[in-house]
Amino acid sequence: MEGNIAELGKYIGVGLTAIGMGGAAMGVGNVAGNYLSGALRNPSAAASQTATLFIGMAFAEALGIFSFLVALLLMFAV
Amino acid sequence: MATEAHGSESSLVFHPMDQFKVTPLFGDGPVHWYTITNVTLWMAIAVVGVILLLVVGSRGRAVVPSKGQSIAELTYGFVYKMLEEVTGKDAVKYFPYVMTLFIFIVFSNMLGLLPLSFTTTSHIAVTGVLAVLVFLFVTILGFVKNGSKFLALFWVSSAPMAVRPLLAVIELISYFVRPVSHSIRLAGNMMAGHAVIKVFAGFAPIILFSGIGVVVTPVSILAITGMYALEILVAFIQAYVFTILTCVYLKDALHPAH
Repeated sequence: MEGNIAELGKYIGVGLTAIGMGGAAMGVGNVAGNYLSGALRNPSAAASQTATLFIGMAFAEALGIFSFLVALLLMFAV
Repeated sequence: MATEAHGSESSLVFHPMDQFKVTPLFGDGPVHWYTITNVTLWMAIAVVGVILLLVVGSRGRAVVPSKGQSIAELTYGFVYKMLEEVTGKDAVKYFPYVMTLFIFIVFSNMLGLLPLSFTTTSHIAVTGVLAVLVFLFVTILGFVKNGSKFLALFWVSSAPMAVRPLLAVIELISYFVRPVSHSIRLAGNMMAGHAVIKVFAGFAPIILFSGIGVVVTPVSILAITGMYALEILVAFIQAYVFTILTCVYLKDALHPAH
């Protein structure tokens, strides 16, 4: 089981960047949950806000995507 | 055809990322920019599908629409309403571009869900071109429409004077990061879902080798079914998100003031 230490560090780093995607999951869940609680309070206004919901989700998700990008770069480019 | 990309499946040992390999359709030489590959094939199929839906769908123009015509009309109306709501009435002249983006992406995503097919949008090379084109289009349009006033997008006039330079730097970074997040969101979502399905597909035949398969095989087949249903949803939502973000960027270009 001898290998090089750089490879080990690389895979540990890839694993650590995956935590960032968990943060994005919390963000997206927060957006959806708050939308739902707002929509249940005022259902008549809900339909007009679905576009805002998806835009908010997309922006929250973008930061998770950056950690995914870092993971990909570590795996295949470094 | 696509079986070449999945050639290793017959041995029941395969890599979940094998499905994303770009292979030439004829022979197995190196891939040049003009080589006809499975990406070319599935993009062509997507284009043919779009033509079939929209051209053949709108041919009848019946008052009581047929099935094809209703789908074509629904798609058109859906994108039109989205552009009008998010960007505003004055953006309607850019509707053809937005519609092209939406329908091409939705077709590529959905075709990628067919067994043995190839998901063109799972490649950053494909989505990157789409996203960079949107970015260039929006930036050039912003400068042509507003001139130097377009730079007001980075100067948040509603913030206190002291933090405005800092905000300008943040806004500038977030502006140039747009094509990156725009493309990787689509490619990453398509790639991740398909890879997960393949991982479960790798567990499914375990019943042939070991007794634990009595539990693992039904669970993984159920998981494939569930993931597949989720993927249909994701394929549509990601096309929707890509289009709606294009609309948001268009709005920034047309009305840059904060």
